[in-house]
Amino acid sequence: MTHVAQQPQEQHYHDPANVTNPEHASHHIVTPAVYGIVYATLLAFTILTIFAADWNLGVFNPVVALAIACTKAVVVILFFMHVKYQSNLIKMTVASGFFTFIVLITMTLSDYMSRAWGLW
Amino acid sequence: MDNSIITTEPLMPRETAVHEPHEHVFIPQHRHHFETEEQQREAGSFGMWLFLLTEIMFFGGLFFAYLLYRNWYYDAFVPASNFLSVKLGGANTAILITSGFFMALAVWAAEMRNKQVLVWTLVLTMIFGWAFIGIKGVEWHDEWVHHHIPGAGFDIAEFVNPSAHGITDQKAIPPDMAQHSQIFFFLYFGMTGMHALHMIIGLGLLLWLLWRAQRGDFTAGYVAPIENFALYWHFVDIVWLFLFPLLYLINRHPLS
Amino acid sequence: MSATSTTIVNLPDQTTAVIPKKNYISAEHGLLSWLLTGDHKRIAMLYLISITFFFFIGGAFAGLVRLELLTPQPDLVASDTYNKFFTMHGVIMVFLFLVPSVPATLGNFLIPIMLGARDLAFPKINLLSWYLYLAGGTLTLGALVLGGVDTGWTFTTPLSTHYLNTHVVTTAAAIFVAGFSSIFTGLNFIVTIHRMRCPGMTWFRMPLFVWSHYAASILMVLGTPVLAIALTLVGLERLVGIGVFDPSKGGDPLLFQHLFWFYSHPAVYIMILPGMGVISEVISTFSRKRVFGYTAVAFSSVAIALFGFFVWEHHMFIMGVSNYSALVFSLLTMLVAVPSAIKIFNWAFTLQKGSITFETPMLYAFGFMGLFTIGGLTGVFLGSLGMDIQLTETYFIVAHFHFVMVGGMLMAFLAGVHFWWPKMTGRMYPESLSKLAAVVTFIGFNLTFLPQFILGYLGMPRRYHAYPPEYQVLNVLSTAGATVLGVGYLLPILYLAWSLKYGPIAGNNPWQATGLEWQIQSPPLTENFTEIPVMDHEAYDYEWLEHKTQQEVTTVG
Repeated sequence: MTHVAQQPQEQHYHDPANVTNPEHASHHIVTPAVYGIVYATLLAFTILTIFAADWNLGVFNPVVALAIACTKAVVVILFFMHVKYQSNLIKMTVASGFFTFIVLITMTLSDYMSRAWGLW
Repeated sequence: MDNSIITTEPLMPRETAVHEPHEHVFIPQHRHHFETEEQQREAGSFGMWLFLLTEIMFFGGLFFAYLLYRNWYYDAFVPASNFLSVKLGGANTAILITSGFFMALAVWAAEMRNKQVLVWTLVLTMIFGWAFIGIKGVEWHDEWVHHHIPGAGFDIAEFVNPSAHGITDQKAIPPDMAQHSQIFFFLYFGMTGMHALHMIIGLGLLLWLLWRAQRGDFTAGYVAPIENFALYWHFVDIVWLFLFPLLYLINRHPLS
Repeated sequence: MSATSTTIVNLPDQTTAVIPKKNYISAEHGLLSWLLTGDHKRIAMLYLISITFFFFIGGAFAGLVRLELLTPQPDLVASDTYNKFFTMHGVIMVFLFLVPSVPATLGNFLIPIMLGARDLAFPKINLLSWYLYLAGGTLTLGALVLGGVDTGWTFTTPLSTHYLNTHVVTTAAAIFVAGFSSIFTGLNFIVTIHRMRCPGMTWFRMPLFVWSHYAASILMVLGTPVLAIALTLVGLERLVGIGVFDPSKGGDPLLFQHLFWFYSHPAVYIMILPGMGVISEVISTFSRKRVFGYTAVAFSSVAIALFGFFVWEHHMFIMGVSNYSALVFSLLTMLVAVPSAIKIFNWAFTLQKGSITFETPMLYAFGFMGLFTIGGLTGVFLGSLGMDIQLTETYFIVAHFHFVMVGGMLMAFLAGVHFWWPKMTGRMYPESLSKLAAVVTFIGFNLTFLPQFILGYLGMPRRYHAYPPEYQVLNVLSTAGATVLGVGYLLPILYLAWSLKYGPIAGNNPWQATGLEWQIQSPPLTENFTEIPVMDHEAYDYEWLEHKTQQEVTTVG
């Protein structure tokens, strides 16, 4: 069942607050080809991280592992979750989530790292 | 007499439009408090992302606990982590990524209004999701057999005396440090358990979505539930992408 | 309107006025139409009834605490029981009253209307949020009936995980569930504010009430989950013995406090920001003047939300954190006081050269400004490391947070309820009685909590029910004040209920206020507006209101 909405008083109001059609977002449909490339990338990085665990990189092992995991996460967020094609609001929302997470980690860590200062 | 304010003056002059006329055709699932389809869809996505932010912060507490105790008890975390099977964990990672791939395809199918493909991709998402849970179950059973579940039955013998238990690639560690391997396993079960709980809830929702997709609910222009569920599913995937290296790949060469 | 009038109240002619036949209350009948509603206004009223119920239970516990403290000896109840009194008081008041008070009642009711929308973005989630609140409340009552909890509302480990046998897990579960209620409310507000403003409603034309709810909602969404994980870990520690907070297994009890306070400090801003939003509206209306420095007040709300995430360790200065991190957090705490102070200055400048009248909401607003300032300043004392070592865990802290929460937040809530009561119900309450209640509350409050500053400074610890006899006079004063305060809070229940049937009809705009909510009927229609409005003027635009009112006069003539 479809019907055409009545505009109030049949006047078309230009919406500077741009709420009803946010940023004139077009519905970019991500193709299976893109998904396929992302899928292959994720598998490749998974294999990479397993091999990297066997290399002796000393203190850089966890750094490399986290860097690979972050790359995979970014790729999933941008493409599988479509964030690359969405409005700035969504991008800011994702960023603010990770920002708050980082605040939790780093500021709590500031206590633990400075407790036994020099012994950690 | 009603209390509304009446004026004789015409309503305040409004700017006239530079506004592309788009046809306001509403799908049956349109909610009356939204003006347009795009508004409803965008609001739904935005709301789901806000919910995912809460999940980031929820898991964040666990990740911090992991960070802290891994640094305090590194020598216990290494043998404990090495006990986990990289083969099973790696396979699970690949399985979950595949499940996510099929879920992304499902969103595409809904947008392309292709019911057959949508149903098949949702089914494949579910199959791979359950495969993940199955392998997890195998792993947990393994830990139970070896007395690695934190609590009363926890046994540190394998860590204190690895060679006596046929383990040749680990150093022996003193008993008081070995006790702290219990914290590793608490984090392991806590984090993978919390993750598995989210997956099982997702699999339940997926079954419901599958049923509705079969009825054609999502291939006539109304894609929001598939889209928003996909966001949730990918997020659960991302959590695992971090759990795998952090839990399974701690120092796989402790004797070098 | 006479130039010498001392009130701006403008009611319609009572001989002919009626409540509009079609409104959100009369739209549907029957209990189910309320219990299954999606209408944000009905949900707001459901919340109002529920939180009032829990307020009085929490208040009863406060009364019991003060009763025990009349005498220096621990003679009324056993120590464990006394611990249960203050714990239940804290848990109920913080999680079941203060956190949802303004957002879930006034915010739910007003935000869509203030933005020119028909409803919130997710009406079903709004209803779910109320049911989650009830579930959390029921679990709390369950814990109470089963014997109560005595850990303090802060659940400090390892006391709560290893040394007590009370219903910690039940209460933790209750708060976990209530936390989701809060998250869903915040989520709903954020989406609504971003995506459902009417044409012409730009960010800087929104009432400041909406800005403060936006800031509080961000805190709700980002902070509450960390409380959830902290409580989950306490539950697991108690049930399974995972060792996360157990020193004998290598765990750190302080980890719990970091996670707990990471939420609970922003929580105090979740509680106060919506109240500050109310004060902006009330002060503007009763000074007939736009809020001074709108942009500053709007940005300071967001700044409070942002900085609020960076200061939580100031609740842990004596708990064993490193000196270096304590220094950093102390500095940051000084910073967070600045945006709150900016708001007080802006409200003061709004009052300057305004046409001030002293209706009940304004009395509460004045009370807020004075008492919140005192509470906030004492917070700065507590933020400085040296003073905190002396004052923390004494009655100074108790006085500090009651000044900001009760003298601040609760007064703001009452200001808001009185301000928007005519809009929500269509009725006015008896003004002289309401003014009396406001004054009684103010006097009772000061009598209760000012002595506690002195007690704390002299060294009386908090959460103790026995104290040295030389502290008795101040304690007796405090208990006497609490009795007066109780009367002050009971009166509104009585006259507001009375007004529902016998109060004068309020009409659309009894306060002659600006804002979209005052341009529609009282009580509003279910769909709020017959047609979506177009916002073409700034917030607090009294000239626009004047112009509009003049038009009305010409049509009658």
